[in-house]
Amino acid sequence: MSLADDLYRETILDHYHNPRNHGAIEHPTAQVEGVNPLCGDELTLYLTVKDDKIEDVKLTAKGCSINTASGSMMSELLLGKSVEEANQIVDLFKRMMLDKKEEVELPEELEDLEALRGVKKYPVRIKCALLPWNTMLEGLGNVLKSPLP
Amino acid sequence: MSENLNKLNVEQIRKDFPILQRQISGKQLVYLDNAATSQKPRSVIDAITAYYEGYNANIHRGIHTLAEEATDAYEGVRETVREFIDAEQTHEIIFTSGTTEAINLVAYTWGNANILPGDEIVLTAMEHHSNLIPWQRLATERSARLVFIPLTEDGQLDMVEAKKLIGEKTKLVAVTQMSNVLGTINPIKELAQLAHSKGAVILVDGAQGVPHVKTSVRALNVDFLAFSMHKMLGPTGVGILYGKTELLNAMPPFQSGGHMITSVWREKATWSELPWKFEAGTRNIADVIASGKAIEYLSALGMDNVREHEIEITKYALNKLNELGDITIFGPKNATLRGGVISFNVDAIHAHDIGQICADAAIAIRAGHHCCQPLMRDLNVMGTARASFYIYNTKAEVDLLFEALKEADKVLGHVACR
Repeated sequence: MSLADDLYRETILDHYHNPRNHGAIEHPTAQVEGVNPLCGDELTLYLTVKDDKIEDVKLTAKGCSINTASGSMMSELLLGKSVEEANQIVDLFKRMMLDKKEEVELPEELEDLEALRGVKKYPVRIKCALLPWNTMLEGLGNVLKSPLP
Repeated sequence: MSENLNKLNVEQIRKDFPILQRQISGKQLVYLDNAATSQKPRSVIDAITAYYEGYNANIHRGIHTLAEEATDAYEGVRETVREFIDAEQTHEIIFTSGTTEAINLVAYTWGNANILPGDEIVLTAMEHHSNLIPWQRLATERSARLVFIPLTEDGQLDMVEAKKLIGEKTKLVAVTQMSNVLGTINPIKELAQLAHSKGAVILVDGAQGVPHVKTSVRALNVDFLAFSMHKMLGPTGVGILYGKTELLNAMPPFQSGGHMITSVWREKATWSELPWKFEAGTRNIADVIASGKAIEYLSALGMDNVREHEIEITKYALNKLNELGDITIFGPKNATLRGGVISFNVDAIHAHDIGQICADAAIAIRAGHHCCQPLMRDLNVMGTARASFYIYNTKAEVDLLFEALKEADKVLGHVACR
């Protein structure tokens, strides 16, 4: 297996070629820009949260395959989740990508994210995978700070 | 060396570079990132060891054998550099830590003494951040204005505009000799004439040019030239600032401390003469000495032969890479107008993805903004992939790059929504 096979697996390529929830929301509850100054990657995350539930999520991203695929998978998994559940998933994913000591296990419903585990072998690319998730954390935080009336 | 005097014996040259034997995951390294830094021949690597093992000592003032040997070797390189760039005087060669420090030296000393409110500093749209940010800071501090010479469609300087922009208010023209993105080789002699006709000074960023093109500061008539040894077979940590004697003499010191003084009292000091006025503290002795070996290596090959080899491989690469239908190549189409630097994008694939797939084939290229964010904005790209050649690169290596790019296009090309 070649090195790049870790990065360019089928799941990643599928999300890269057909990113889910691509686009914008006209009146979102939260809208956050994420930037990766090292690669120049940019993304805008739109969130609609109603009754503590993520009703809609959209992303417009200008970035590499890892970044695009990671954001696409994230949007699929977090859609319909409560803010707290979403925060927990983000936290778990970040631990999986960043924990150097042990392999963090993922529950079955998050198994798509396994495809991104291979990115860990390429330290410079980890930040590409994390950008959408860090942006999501900021978005969820904004939702909590200014709940809808 | 080569039997054919007009050609580099690339096979022989490759044997002088230990790193080119390197295998990555069982594949032979293909090093195409020379615009970032070149590889080093055995003679350069050995010179560093020879200094530390044989005559490591601080230079100047040491009354012992080692100090004398180290001083002779260090100062000998100054003369080697003078000859290489055809400067008139040896004391016009200042050792710095790199091109960046050399340009900052001029910005902080000459710039602070000469740039006044309302003055204009003329740059180009293709400058590396190292020949942009120091002038931005200076212009802000002195309420001066930055003016940019635009580019033509194929990435050359628009000289019609240049003639209009270099005017009575111009105090300095700071321009790269060769673009690290587009490969464009700029008409330095003409720009120097334009600058001087308006009473302005010209500084040339030679980081990309000097390693690849025979450069005579006297023939070009430039006032300052800055370049880095690590891009021309030398070690990291050594740069050169060339300046005309009368300009350097009129400039205050840059950093101050030991070694740059003649007499020191509690309240005041007097400065050393050139070039030591600008070389405060203990310099990078080992790497300066090794830099001399790098220049000797290039001189033995002959810079005209180096250039000829690069034109040939660049011409070949431009043709070959264009066979990929989905490729966009930036910069002049004609290899004689450019150095061995080719920036490109394949389809809409992110440059880092291209870099990754090349890395998988043991091919080292660079991907990103190449420290030229304003130029990236002008080209309307987030970044580019870049292959850059030097004396040891072969057409077979270009073919391997081509295969890797085909693979990248197959796996990641034809992007749906961007």
